[in-house]
Amino acid sequence: MQELLVRDGFPALDAPSTERPARVQLRAQIAKLDRELSGLVGEGFGRIAIEHDVSAPPGPPRVLGLGELERTRDALAAKVAAARGALRERARAEAGKRQLLAAMLARPAEFKWVKVSREEIGEPGCGEWHSKPRLGPIGMLMGWWRVKVSSGCPRPGRLAAVE
Amino acid sequence: MAGQGAQARPDWDPAPQQGWVAPRLVEEFPGLGLFWVEVDGHPGPSPEPVRRRLRILSDRVYGSSAIRLREQPVAWSYRVFFRQIGIDPDRDRTPVEERIFDRLYDGAFKSRGLVADALTIAIVETGVALRGFDADQCEGRLCIREAAAGEPHPVGHGELAAGTLVLADEQNPIGMLFGETAEPYRVTRRSRRIAIAAIQVGSVPQMSVDEALWLAAATVEHA
Repeated sequence: MQELLVRDGFPALDAPSTERPARVQLRAQIAKLDRELSGLVGEGFGRIAIEHDVSAPPGPPRVLGLGELERTRDALAAKVAAARGALRERARAEAGKRQLLAAMLARPAEFKWVKVSREEIGEPGCGEWHSKPRLGPIGMLMGWWRVKVSSGCPRPGRLAAVE
Repeated sequence: MAGQGAQARPDWDPAPQQGWVAPRLVEEFPGLGLFWVEVDGHPGPSPEPVRRRLRILSDRVYGSSAIRLREQPVAWSYRVFFRQIGIDPDRDRTPVEERIFDRLYDGAFKSRGLVADALTIAIVETGVALRGFDADQCEGRLCIREAAAGEPHPVGHGELAAGTLVLADEQNPIGMLFGETAEPYRVTRRSRRIAIAAIQVGSVPQMSVDEALWLAAATVEHA
């Protein structure tokens, strides 16, 4: 009888086969989380470095077991949560800097020598807004403050000249 | 045979052949597939048109391409499959990511010989994972299967762990699924028939696989 069961293969009694639906589900969750993490890494590109390393279970490439898939899923979920938190925090900081910039542009004298860079408000490039006195010391004494916008990234030729 | 025959696709020359995927793997990973074409070739330095094509390709790839790549459906499918089979795609990169990162480190896609260059062009253009083998050394049909206990390691010393995913012909493993190729099956200057194999995973469309094979095969054949 035992021989017959082995010969005909009785999948219902085969423990790994019964785990297959769970493995399929876990793989789908891993795919969803990886897609989300990839999106968050892309969203943070140029603004904030998103930690996205999720180490694989040791061993050669193979059909992973339930435990290994669960650990991968959990590690990805933790990275996604951390990435969302970091991006939220960054967005809050950028919003704060944008408000500061708006106030600075409206009332430069109240924000003496304050600098806000494009990077700080989440914009590409290396420009910055700097609250400075017009005409140097005279403007400082007279209270002639203004916000000066820098001209952006230095050209490669100028950088080469410095080097 | 998982219901998959080695059907040639008659409307295409050279006709891609469908490899065999072990039934258990088909059940575990729907969409996992293997297709290959065989072409005549004379491996050696790439001719100027191929080198020019690499240079043009180099100009289209920037640092941001490497980051944005993982959001593209085909490249992402391979990342996910890597995770699902226990490979960390940020340590052992997927074929397309590996080439894009090499391009960033080297400053350009460096020419590494005709077959390697043809694979690079097709992989970067389509995102599909391709491998090249010496077709004269391969016995029969190619397949994706799990290693049996005690099978010799195709690239290292000792034995493969049972269940390791390998690319194989009808006799032996010829390489790891996404990794090195066993010495006898590598394309060398003496190779005259080249097998170009595409590994299809998850949601990678058949059209991308066909395009990748066609691109690589045409580059090798017409060079």
